[in-house]
Amino acid sequence: MQLNPAHKTIIKATATAVAMFAFVFWVMVPLYNVLCQVTGLNGKTDPNPYKTVPAAVDTSRTITVQFLATNNKGMNWDFKPSVHQVKVHPGEVGSLNFYVRNPSGKNMVGQAIPSVTPFEATDYLHKTECFCFTSQPLEGHEEKDMPLKIIVDQDLPKHINKLTLSYTLFDITEMNNKRTAAR
Amino acid sequence: MTDQTIGHVNDHDDSHADHGPPKGLMRWVLTTNHKDIGSMYMWFSFAMFLLGGAMAMVIRAELFQPGLQLVQPEFFNQMTTMHGLIMVFGAVMPAFVGLANWMIPMMIGAPDMALPRMNNWSFWILPFAFALLVSTLFMEGGGPNFGWTFYAPLSTDYAPPSTTFFIFAVHMMGVSSIMGAINVIATILNLRAPGMTLMKMPLFVWTWLITAYLLIAVMPVLAGVVTMMLMDIHFGTAFFNAGGGGDPVLFQHVFWFFGHPEVYIMILPAFGVVSQIIPAFSRKPLFGYTSMVYAVASIAFLSFIVWAHHMFTVGIPLVGEVFFMYATMLIAVPTGVKVFNWVATMFRGALTFETPMLFAVAFVVLFTIGGFSGLMLSIAPADFQYHDTYFVVAHFHYVLVPGAIFAIFAGVYYWLPKWTGHMYDAGLSKVHFWMSFIGMNLTFFPMHFVGLAGMPRRIPDYALQFADFNMIASIGGFMFGVTQLLFLFIVIKCVKGGPKAEAKPWEGAHGLEWMVPSPAPYHTFTTPPDVK
Ligand SMILES: [Cu+2]
Repeated sequence: MQLNPAHKTIIKATATAVAMFAFVFWVMVPLYNVLCQVTGLNGKTDPNPYKTVPAAVDTSRTITVQFLATNNKGMNWDFKPSVHQVKVHPGEVGSLNFYVRNPSGKNMVGQAIPSVTPFEATDYLHKTECFCFTSQPLEGHEEKDMPLKIIVDQDLPKHINKLTLSYTLFDITEMNNKRTAAR
Repeated sequence: MTDQTIGHVNDHDDSHADHGPPKGLMRWVLTTNHKDIGSMYMWFSFAMFLLGGAMAMVIRAELFQPGLQLVQPEFFNQMTTMHGLIMVFGAVMPAFVGLANWMIPMMIGAPDMALPRMNNWSFWILPFAFALLVSTLFMEGGGPNFGWTFYAPLSTDYAPPSTTFFIFAVHMMGVSSIMGAINVIATILNLRAPGMTLMKMPLFVWTWLITAYLLIAVMPVLAGVVTMMLMDIHFGTAFFNAGGGGDPVLFQHVFWFFGHPEVYIMILPAFGVVSQIIPAFSRKPLFGYTSMVYAVASIAFLSFIVWAHHMFTVGIPLVGEVFFMYATMLIAVPTGVKVFNWVATMFRGALTFETPMLFAVAFVVLFTIGGFSGLMLSIAPADFQYHDTYFVVAHFHYVLVPGAIFAIFAGVYYWLPKWTGHMYDAGLSKVHFWMSFIGMNLTFFPMHFVGLAGMPRRIPDYALQFADFNMIASIGGFMFGVTQLLFLFIVIKCVKGGPKAEAKPWEGAHGLEWMVPSPAPYHTFTTPPDVK
C-alpha cells in the first residue's frame, strides 16, 4: 500500500499520543520512585531491612532520634511509640517498640508508612528491623508491641544532630479486599 | 499540482463540490464540513461558557457577603470544581478548536481538514462527555468536589462515588482533543496550498500547529493520571495511596506535567488570534514575524520543565525550588518578545479601534498584568505566602478571561462577517466590549488585594475584613455575566441579517480567508489558490 504524506503524519501523531500514555505508567511512575529513593525526597526510607556492615561506633557524636506516630484519617487503632526519643551514637543500634491495638471488633490490616525529616538525613537512618516492612493484620481487640531497630549512619552530615522518624498508620483492609477481588 | 499530490486524505466524498449543505438535523449530525463543525464547536463552547458562567454566578452570589447565605459548603465545592472543569475543557478549548476548524483550512488554502470524518467524531464526543460530567451533580453524593485539579487522595479515597463518571468524562474529552490535534497537524503539514511555506503561514496557524503538538503530548498524560485514579479507586492499586506504598505527591507531579502545558494550550491560539488582528487594524505587517514563531516554540518547550512551580509548598528540595523558579521566570522572556512585537506593530500604525481591535488591545494590556502576577508567583519564597490564596485566582483569571476569552471574542468579531456574510451591530458590540472590560476588572482586580491579605481560595465564607472587596468582585462578576447574554444577542442578530459584508470587510486585513466571498461558500479552495 502506498502511504501518502498525510497518512504518515497521522500515524506519527497517533504513535506519539500512545507513547505519551505509556510514558506516564512506565517512565514517570518508576522514575519518580527511583528519584525518591536516591534523593530521600519526601523522607521516604528504604522499604527493605538494612544489612548491617561492621563499622566502629562513632562515640564523638550523639544523635537524637525522635519518634512520631500518627493515624491517617479514618484509622481508629491506638498507635504509639514506647519512648518518644532515643539518643544514639552513629553506628550504634537503637531499639524500641511501637504499641498498637485494634479497638474495633473487626479483623483489620494496618500499614505504617515511615518518613524522615530533614529530607537530607533520610538515607542515613537505617532500619534493621521494622514493623513497616510488612502490613500488620490485627484481629478485633488484639494488641501488639511491634519492634523497631535503627542505626544512624556514620556518614550522617555533620550539621545534623536531631532526626525525626514519623510513622503514619493507614487502614489498608479495604484496599487489600479490592486487590484480592481484582485478581 | 493536483489535490492528490498535496496529500489530501480521501475519506470523504468530493463529488458534491459545488452544491451547498443538505437540509435538516442530519446535516449537523453527519457533517464532515470544516465550517459546519467549526460552527458547532463555537456554539457548544458558548453553551458551556454560559453553564460554567452560571456556576461562577453561584460562587459570586455566595461570596457577596461573609457567612453562609445561599448554598452549603459541599455544593460550593462542587460549583468551584465544575466551574473550572467546564470553563477549561468545555468553553476555552473547544472555542479554539472551533476557530481552528473554521479558519485553518481557509488560511492555508485547503479544501477542508485532512480527516473530515474524524473531525465529526471529535466534535460529537464532546456533548456526551459534558452531559456525563454535568450529570454527576445529580448523583448520590454529588458531583466532583475536589477542585478542578482533583488532587489525590481528595479525588480517590475521599471522593464521591460519581468520580468514576468524572473519570470517564475526562477520558472522552481527552480522546476528542487528541483526535482534533492530530487533524490539525495533518491538515497544516499536508494540505497547504502550493507556495504556502511554513514561514509564510499566518501566525494563528503557527500557534495552532504548536498547540496541537502540546495536545498530543499532554492529553495522554491527563488520561494516564485519571486512569491511575480509576485503578486506585476500583482495583486496589496504590499509585497515590501512601498506605499501599504509593505517594499522593506523585499525583501532583503527573497532573502538573499535563497542567502547565495545558495553560499554554489555552493561550497560544489566543496569541495567534491577536497576532492576526493587531496588524489588520494597525495597517502594518506584524512586527518580528520570525521572532514570534520562535517565541511560541520556546514557550511550548519551556512549558514542559516548569510544572513544579505549582508545588513549591509540598516539600521539594532547595535545588528543585530554585530550578523551577528560574525556569518559570525564563518564560517571561519569549512572552516579553511577543508583547513587545504587538506593541511595536501598533507603534506608528494607522490605528482604528473596531471591536476586534478593542478586544485585542485589551488582551495585550490585561494579559500582561496576568503575566506579571505570574512572575510574582514564580518567586518560590514569596509563593509560600501567595499559595492557595485569591492572589492565585486573580492571576489565572487575568490570563484566562482577558487572555484566552477576550482573544476568542476578538476572533469571533473579526471573522463573524466572513462566517455569516453580515456585519454585526458595531455599536452593541462596543457596549459588549466595555461592559466586559469593566466587569472583568471589577471582578478580578480586587482579588489581588484580598489574596495578598490572606483570603484562601475555594472557601464559601471569609473573614469580615475581606467583605468590601468581595462585594465589588461579585458586582463585577454579575455585570460580566449578564453582558455575555448581550454577546449572544449580537451574534444571533448577525446570523439572522445585517448589512452585507464584503469579501474583505476590514481594509487592513491580509490573508487567504479574505479572498473568498462573504459568507464563505460551503466549499472553499477546492482548487488550491496560488500563494505568492
Ligand atoms: Cu504552571
